[in-house]
Amino acid sequence: MSLLQIKDLRVEFQTGDGAVNAVNGVSFNVEKGETLAIVGESGSGKSQTAFAAMGLLARNGKAIGQALYEGKDLLTMSRKELNRIRSNEVAMIFQDPMTSLNPYMRISDQMAEVLQLHKGMSKKDAVNEAAKMLDAVRIPDAKARITMYPHEFSGGMRQRIMIAMALLCQPKLLIADEPTTALDVTVQAQIMELFGDIRKEFGTAVILITHDLGVVAGFCDRTLVLYGGQVMEEAETEALFARPSHPYTRGLLRAVPRFDRKDEALLAIAGEPPDMSRLPEGCPFAPRCAEVRDICQTAKPVIAGEAHRRACHVPTEELSHV
Amino acid sequence: MSDPILSVRDLRVTFDIKPSGAWPWTPHKSLQAVGGMSFDVQPGECLGVVGESGSGKSTIARAICGLAPVTGGDVLFEGESLLSMSPEARRHHRRYVQMVFQDPLAALNPRMTVGEIIAEPLITHEPKLPKAEVRKRVQDLMERVGLLPNLVNRYPHEFSGGQCQRIGIARALILKPKLLICDEPVSALDVSVQAQVVNLLKELQKDLGLSMIFIAHDLSVVKHISDRIAVMYLGRMMEVAGAEALTSNPRHPYTRGLISSVPVPDPVLEKSRPRAVISGELPSPLDPPSGCVFRTRCPITREACAGERPAVAQVADGHLVSCPYHQDNAFGDVVQTA
Repeated sequence: MSLLQIKDLRVEFQTGDGAVNAVNGVSFNVEKGETLAIVGESGSGKSQTAFAAMGLLARNGKAIGQALYEGKDLLTMSRKELNRIRSNEVAMIFQDPMTSLNPYMRISDQMAEVLQLHKGMSKKDAVNEAAKMLDAVRIPDAKARITMYPHEFSGGMRQRIMIAMALLCQPKLLIADEPTTALDVTVQAQIMELFGDIRKEFGTAVILITHDLGVVAGFCDRTLVLYGGQVMEEAETEALFARPSHPYTRGLLRAVPRFDRKDEALLAIAGEPPDMSRLPEGCPFAPRCAEVRDICQTAKPVIAGEAHRRACHVPTEELSHV
Repeated sequence: MSDPILSVRDLRVTFDIKPSGAWPWTPHKSLQAVGGMSFDVQPGECLGVVGESGSGKSTIARAICGLAPVTGGDVLFEGESLLSMSPEARRHHRRYVQMVFQDPLAALNPRMTVGEIIAEPLITHEPKLPKAEVRKRVQDLMERVGLLPNLVNRYPHEFSGGQCQRIGIARALILKPKLLICDEPVSALDVSVQAQVVNLLKELQKDLGLSMIFIAHDLSVVKHISDRIAVMYLGRMMEVAGAEALTSNPRHPYTRGLISSVPVPDPVLEKSRPRAVISGELPSPLDPPSGCVFRTRCPITREACAGERPAVAQVADGHLVSCPYHQDNAFGDVVQTA
């Protein structure tokens, strides 16, 4: 059985301007110890997919579908049950480490709280355990610094604290939502290295939500490409980068300037990302797609395939090779 | 080589910092955001400036535009010092140096229409221009940057991030500047839209013969658009070279570490290439290390680095490095090209 199975997940927000469909029928599995990348541009629904599974949607949001964690549906679970799974079994790391740590609490108190609540440890044991974990994420002089407040740490250090906090209960699944976007590139490299070590050390499965294809390439086993709240393509990372079979994935890969080679002009994807409250009737990518056909305007493509899944009306062989 | 359009000579920018909870007589601290930068921009050239946050790259842009307190050095525009100029002459020169900002929506006045935003610099500098001519120039330019001219009466919030950046570019170009300074113009944009804006800037630069300073933290984007690249760290220049030379043969240990940190979207290459991760984080600019500012994170640092500030050495034609030990190959070969 897969560790996490998302089945036909839909997320709808009621707003003043009408309903916004952030996620429209996303399905995927995460196996034990695996790293899955969810790639997409802003508004593609990549964060909302994770938020929905973790019961963290904003109050005007509603999740429909199934999110099975070891066979149990997270969406229909009681709050009490869900709280036992969150952080104990599944933990989450957010993009901005400053706004997700409590500025009024010492790091020791914030971290001990997790262990006291979930493991019933005494405060003293919990703080000791927390200091060990800070050591594990390579915060120098962890024992002395654990009593400091979040603002006394730099951005990279704060992200390390977030990671340490997420790992306290040794979760089986770690969801990292743009964990390095707010960081400088040298610090990003440090954090990604740390993620790699953690995966080896604890055997944690990781869902990495990001827009950076470079980070994905170096870290993830499998990659899921989202656009307009739908899965466009999913495959082993190596296969996806070597043989992208969806026009959007191809466009995305060509639009990034590559450091390792000389490219003349970037091949940009024309147009703008879709307005999620007024999604096109057919394929969400159709208005920007260079390979668009009549059927794309009227019918949503169905995702198909086994190891390499894609949602496109145009068969791979018929796509033009640029 | 022709005369440079812009010469920056030993530029220093120091901010006065009031310590928190200070008494009125407590001495203020000073933060040196830029500590002695010199570079030239040739006509028609694009100079890329890269560095991590806090390296002073935006401060340089602001100092050139007169938006930051310059405490030393000089900025020469076509041979004339912008800093010792009379305010009137400065105002006249301002039209030749224009800026594009990072956050496209925040840089536009939400209560002005797109037409008003783009026309404002023109009306300020040429108040006698007839209205019909202003309108014509605005519409021509909107078309040029890829905006439909019939959107002229819309407000900024009705546009997406990429379109707002196009508006920002149009506003900067309406005065036909000679030098365009772009401060992180694409870092707030999505990948697919980022490519559109990068292509537009490149095209405009070529067609209009603009000189450009392109500031960004994304080395891949900077490499793509620039003729020459300057690498900054903690307000100092680490290395300057042609884009090709800098990326294929970086000499400074910081540049090498930076390059090796840039993730490449190619799983096979990315998982196999050697990595030299720079440890530690940027030291506080309030209390920078003595001597070479990079020495606290440098893999080849030695005792001598704490003493004197390293002199700038020329390793090849136009390739300047501020590290006396740049021959040391402790890092091995970090650059791989496919």
